[in-house]
Amino acid sequence: MTPNVSPLILLFASIFTSNILLANFLGMCSFISISKDFKSANGLGLAVILVMTITSVINYAVYYYILVFFHIEYLRFIVFIIVIAAVVQMLEMVIERLSPALYMALGIFLPLITVNCAILGVALFMQIRHYDFVQAAVYGFGSGVGWWLAILALGAIRQKVEKAPVPAGLKGPGITLIIIGLMAMAFIGFSGMLNVQ
Amino acid sequence: MSFDFLVAPFVVGAISSFLAVIISIIDKIVNNYGEVKLSINGGKKELTVKGGSSLLFSLGEQDIFLPSACGGRATCGVCKIKVLSDVGPHLPTELPFLTKKEVEQNIRLSCQIKVKTDLEVEIPEELFAIQKHTTTVSSIRDLTHDIKEVKCVLKEPQRIDFKAGQYAQFVIPPYGKIKQETQRAYSISSSPSRNGELEFIVRLVPGGIATTYVFTILKEGDTLELIAPLGEFGLHGEYEDMLCIAGGSGMAPIKALLFDMFEKKVSGRDIYYFFGVAATKDMFYLDMFYDLEKKWPSFHFIPVIAEPDPGGKWKGETGLVTLPLERYLKEKLSQDKPKQGYLCGSPGMIDACIKVLTTHGIPEDSIFYDKFA
Repeated sequence: MTPNVSPLILLFASIFTSNILLANFLGMCSFISISKDFKSANGLGLAVILVMTITSVINYAVYYYILVFFHIEYLRFIVFIIVIAAVVQMLEMVIERLSPALYMALGIFLPLITVNCAILGVALFMQIRHYDFVQAAVYGFGSGVGWWLAILALGAIRQKVEKAPVPAGLKGPGITLIIIGLMAMAFIGFSGMLNVQ
Repeated sequence: MSFDFLVAPFVVGAISSFLAVIISIIDKIVNNYGEVKLSINGGKKELTVKGGSSLLFSLGEQDIFLPSACGGRATCGVCKIKVLSDVGPHLPTELPFLTKKEVEQNIRLSCQIKVKTDLEVEIPEELFAIQKHTTTVSSIRDLTHDIKEVKCVLKEPQRIDFKAGQYAQFVIPPYGKIKQETQRAYSISSSPSRNGELEFIVRLVPGGIATTYVFTILKEGDTLELIAPLGEFGLHGEYEDMLCIAGGSGMAPIKALLFDMFEKKVSGRDIYYFFGVAATKDMFYLDMFYDLEKKWPSFHFIPVIAEPDPGGKWKGETGLVTLPLERYLKEKLSQDKPKQGYLCGSPGMIDACIKVLTTHGIPEDSIFYDKFA
């Protein structure tokens, strides 16, 4: 049942054509609130790449070797969330020790990621679409990079918009949502090239 | 009967506990920072501590006590310290307690800084004098129905240098239902010349952890640990007339201040001491201060009882302490000499007195007070 997609194409697809943010609209809350500041947006994006890659791999193993084995696939939501929370906790401790600079750059975003729906979404898509191990890893990494690119783009655009004469009622989240809509349309343009679902 | 329904909770439980075990193992390995060097005031003092805990506690273990009222929970903002090494940006827990200038100078709350690498910090010299003193309670005496005078003889170290007006923190060990060690501040009421024995005036606060301990458990001969000296209340200037105002157990720092001045034979400034209590049964130390008044011409003692017993023998001032204070300011004190206020008592009394003093032209920076709630 594994879809016959080469990992390279899957990587490209997950970054551009089915961008987790702009095609699936997952991870919106932090996307809107953190993109105000370009530097923080970069930090959060990097943290998402890291956590997404690691958790999709671990969740793959947990799902196929534990949940399927015991026939309790219906508990995947709970188990995925537990795994994500635990991995974030471990990562935080390890990063704090190994690279204080990176730890400071990620700041409070690392723990925040625990409840980022894009991370859970990637784990669930990986399972729903029956990816194999390599595909799951590539898909996790690609989606992370896609999320990072999207928030960087939005952060950059918002810095410009800050100085633009936006009508008072649209300032802040209002204009941001319009921008995201336009970005999403632009990204959907990619989906003509290839479509992986 | 099948036990299939047990599989799901068992597996989820197993996964969770496995992850929990890994987290605690990583925590043990990763949060072990080994030995870390703390360099204080440009290398004047070098300490080697175990890394991983907060700067406040690491210093405390080495007998350097930064003042801290909340005990490391980032709610009092007193344990400020200047950190010269880079320990990262200020945390959201620190910022409410720091001014912009302090943030620029990298002043931090020591309870929020984790000691992970070698650190360089700056501590005001006088804080080195703060030590933990082991004392023996030499006397506990009733002053009124709810105020006790506690005297402690210093054992280790045997001497203490402090300025009149400073306070000590009582270390109250766990007792009864109280499971944690607590610390409470009490002003030293004896003068600094008696550096082998400290005296305190403790008023019973119903339900108070420390005062209940002092009133019901502490006995003469017991050991009591104190952290001292702390605080900045004390004598200022040399020639201004002084208006000392105390209520109840607020007597303590003022008493230390006055006896210190008397021993040093301070002259050339008139000192007025307004001591207010609620009722006749609350009055104490009357004879001691009348006696001091006789021996010391520039000292004037004005005890005030708000509501003396009807038909009692009280001939002194009555009403709130602000009434005689206002009259003295209008009638008895020299109008052109600069004056200072020294206040210690309940917040209500202090606020009322500050109002009276400022309306009589005493600038706020000449009013010093120790407020306790």
